[in-house]
Amino acid sequence: MQRLDYLRESPSQTAGPYVHIGCTPNFTGIEIFGGDLGTSMKTGPVQGEEITIRGTVFDGTGTPLRDAMIEIWQPDAAGLFPSANETRGTADPNFTGWGRSPGDMVTGEFTFETVKPGAVPYPDGRMQAPHITAWIVARGINIGLHTRIYFADEEAANATDPILTRLEHQNRVPTLLARKEADGVYRFDIHLQGPNETVFFDI
Amino acid sequence: MSLVNTPPRTGGFIPRDRSWQPDALTPQYKTSVRRSPQSALLSFPSTLSEETSPVFGHAMLGELDNDLILNYAKPGESAIGPRIIVHGRVLDENGRGVPGALVEFWQANAGGRYRHKKESYQAALDPNFGGCGRTITGEDGSYEFRTIYPGPYPWPNGMNDWRPAHIHFSLFGHGFAQRLITQMYFEGDPHIPLCPILSTVKSQEAIDALTALLDMNRTVPMDSRAFKFDMVLRGRRQTYFENRTEGL
Repeated sequence: MQRLDYLRESPSQTAGPYVHIGCTPNFTGIEIFGGDLGTSMKTGPVQGEEITIRGTVFDGTGTPLRDAMIEIWQPDAAGLFPSANETRGTADPNFTGWGRSPGDMVTGEFTFETVKPGAVPYPDGRMQAPHITAWIVARGINIGLHTRIYFADEEAANATDPILTRLEHQNRVPTLLARKEADGVYRFDIHLQGPNETVFFDI
Repeated sequence: MSLVNTPPRTGGFIPRDRSWQPDALTPQYKTSVRRSPQSALLSFPSTLSEETSPVFGHAMLGELDNDLILNYAKPGESAIGPRIIVHGRVLDENGRGVPGALVEFWQANAGGRYRHKKESYQAALDPNFGGCGRTITGEDGSYEFRTIYPGPYPWPNGMNDWRPAHIHFSLFGHGFAQRLITQMYFEGDPHIPLCPILSTVKSQEAIDALTALLDMNRTVPMDSRAFKFDMVLRGRRQTYFENRTEGL
């Protein structure tokens, strides 16, 4: 027999308690690289609605994680990604689309200053509701957790979203919705476990 | 639709092999018990949100970003410990090099101590060692950096658990679905079979995939030993069937 010469993805290992040394060293007091990556998603005036997303990652006992790292990735307000493989157009040049937060050293709360994302099509052509991709790593998490941040105030788009409508347990959809708590400010808490466990994705 | 002479298209990402990757709940690694999701993951094909990724240019790199011996050292001084070069390639599952991939790495110093406020191990800090570096892969997916051989260290889990010497890696590919954090271990470390974190991977083959080999060919005589460590990110399907025509 011949062999299928595919390689296997490197096994994941936990980011451990000191992920911030590697990914946000300046946050930990190691002054290097001229600053941390992903601290600002805007390099100038941006198009669209500027918003703040705040949240906390909780473990199964309800304790906030203070050693997590959260990254988000999203299109600009027009639905275009600032990515080398975006072929549909050119994204807002002042928007990076990518943010990285170590969370607050004391409370664990993460904050992203970003823009409300535009809608992006699903592979079959249907439109998805506006959303942000989120990725969570921390001590005790063996493989990074993917989820999505949708918006509670996008009811019509959410009602026809190919992913949200695919969830068997529709009572879990609210775990994927960021809720407005002030003008331009949304809250998106992440629960790793428990009755409000966030829906995590295998994509 | 004819299949003849149709060039292949790039499809979505090959699904992640969850039987190969560690489970979320691994009770021997105690912190995972309350930090592991209990519900099944929601599976769906990758979309533009996962098939795109931020861009990091070589221009953002400083000269010493990939030199942990010097990048936190006072002028004229250097980090203490056995000098090593770590090098290899970032590949995808199809065996192709992944160019332009941001690779970040961090580690303990030669005594097994991290430079972190929450770190309490009694081993001394090295004033010339920060413990972090970064680079971006070349056209063929290759990367390299210089550092010191990290020390093993004890950690609170069982009453007497020690981590093997290791270096943490964070990787970006060309799609956010490829995002990966892992750890590199060193050939011959007797702590490898004892480690509750490394034992979250499910086979000897998976342990081997995270174990770097001494590479005498890249060793610099009278200067540094070298270890070779390749990493593999998810690949994309090549498909003739991505855009089905009506009736197919």
